[in-house]
Amino acid sequence: MNDDLLFFTEVTLAGLGSGALLALTALAFVLIYKATRVINLAVSEILMLGGYLFFTFAASLSLPWWGALPLAILGGGAVGAIVERGLIRPMLGESAISVFMVTVGLGSVLVGLVEAFWGTDPKSLPNFIANTPVFFGEAYVSRKILVAFIAATVVIGIFLILFRFWRGGVALRATASDQAAAYSCGINVPGVFSIAWIIGCATAAGAGVLLGAIGGISPVMGVFGLSALVVVIVGGLDSLLGALVGGLALGVIQAWVSSFLGGEYVSPITFGILILTLVIRPYGLFGTHEIERL
Amino acid sequence: MLDAAPTRETVLEVNNIEVIYNHVILVLKGVSLTVPKGGITALLGGNGAGKSTTLKAISGLLKSERGEVTKGQILYRGENTADKDPADLVRRGVIQVMEGRHCFEHLTVEENLLTGSYTGNSRAQVAEDLEMVYNYFPRLRERRKSQAGYTSGGEQQMCAIGRALMSRPETVLLDEPSMGLAPQLVEQIFEIVREVNAREGVTFLLAEQNTNVALRYAHTGYILESGRVVMEGTAQELRENPDVAEFYLGMSDKGRRSFRDVRSYRRRKRWLA
Repeated sequence: MNDDLLFFTEVTLAGLGSGALLALTALAFVLIYKATRVINLAVSEILMLGGYLFFTFAASLSLPWWGALPLAILGGGAVGAIVERGLIRPMLGESAISVFMVTVGLGSVLVGLVEAFWGTDPKSLPNFIANTPVFFGEAYVSRKILVAFIAATVVIGIFLILFRFWRGGVALRATASDQAAAYSCGINVPGVFSIAWIIGCATAAGAGVLLGAIGGISPVMGVFGLSALVVVIVGGLDSLLGALVGGLALGVIQAWVSSFLGGEYVSPITFGILILTLVIRPYGLFGTHEIERL
Repeated sequence: MLDAAPTRETVLEVNNIEVIYNHVILVLKGVSLTVPKGGITALLGGNGAGKSTTLKAISGLLKSERGEVTKGQILYRGENTADKDPADLVRRGVIQVMEGRHCFEHLTVEENLLTGSYTGNSRAQVAEDLEMVYNYFPRLRERRKSQAGYTSGGEQQMCAIGRALMSRPETVLLDEPSMGLAPQLVEQIFEIVREVNAREGVTFLLAEQNTNVALRYAHTGYILESGRVVMEGTAQELRENPDVAEFYLGMSDKGRRSFRDVRSYRRRKRWLA
């Protein structure tokens, strides 16, 4: 294999890895949107909170990673449950934009709380994934990125299967399609809301731990969620498959752009893709056609 | 001829309820009705009379539309429903088929029907119920794999009623089943309602603008006007009442007449003193 091709392969593999993390974060947006028709902008901050929770459990309480990881994910889920119960459910029947604004506010509050508790300095998570690289043929991949990739694709795969075959999956899709009608059919709509928020926030927290393991944690790491939001809009707000495909694609594109064109091009191209998608397919690549346009 | 008679037992009782939307808009100004078990009761009246609101107050759907029952009470089998949400009520046997059908457009017809089965039935029971619904609505069996959004209005109405039947209801609140359907289809839907009522003993309370059809299939009826019950009686009494004949059926002593002439709306007497 010549060097150019090898470099290209390595960049692509790294892109797939970060793309998988984007996809996992996008999944958090999609799960909540799919059931509740709310774009929860605070997903980014819950992702960050997940990283900090893991930090606290693993570094401060020195739990092993297999103890700290589930606790961080559960913590994210608990935050989701509290937020849904305390802030979102009272907004039932309000316009989507009001609920959206609540999540924007919530994001800022979470950033503030994290800064108050843990300070504003970036921190690195204890190493729980070995630093030894993995080789595919001659191509080198960081083990952390590989682990993140596998974790993300497995989680998304599980959700895809659940939505297709589990009986409750129909209830979720029904709730997403028409809340009032689902309510009238005897589907426990508030229950569906809770579950979507808990699972969505738990997923975001898990993604935060993986992201923190690769790049460290800081109060501003929620910016990563903004890229994930691009994935969600490109892939389709209510499409799990869109989150997966969109996430991987955007990850690879960002890796190519930053390696071959330079880091300064990443943001313009990422958001250029966003604008282009909104012009051509406002409902995203895989989204349901009649859904709200953002 | 299948025709169940309503029993003397009252399954649902609405006592003088007042409903306010958004804390300010008074929609129902004291509506009372009793629904006999096993009967078909029609709720008649023009647009904005309060028919849908009454049904939503009973099924608990008002709460998600910023509506509130501020006075009076609703008793289902003697139990006050004020603090029950729609899912509780469906488990107790009351289910509403909403106006405008509200099928889940992106789900197939069969998936739509399955959404009515979240009342804790086993898989075998669900399969049995599905079979029952397909027997009442053979058309749905043919379209079971189609996305509901791509089926016709009549099929969607059947789907919505079938979905409600999947919950094994005791009482179905049917809001405007004739909306946007061809007269022939309306008859067909009402025939099925009558059949379900007779065979399964399901009680129906239906809100309907099509007074003529509704009074042919219902046993008893209530007429609502601007949030109040102005008349009640058996279907036959209502059909023969000269005011109903004139204002709702377009007939008068001079024979059938155009609604344009009725617009003068000269009331012979106040219905509600």
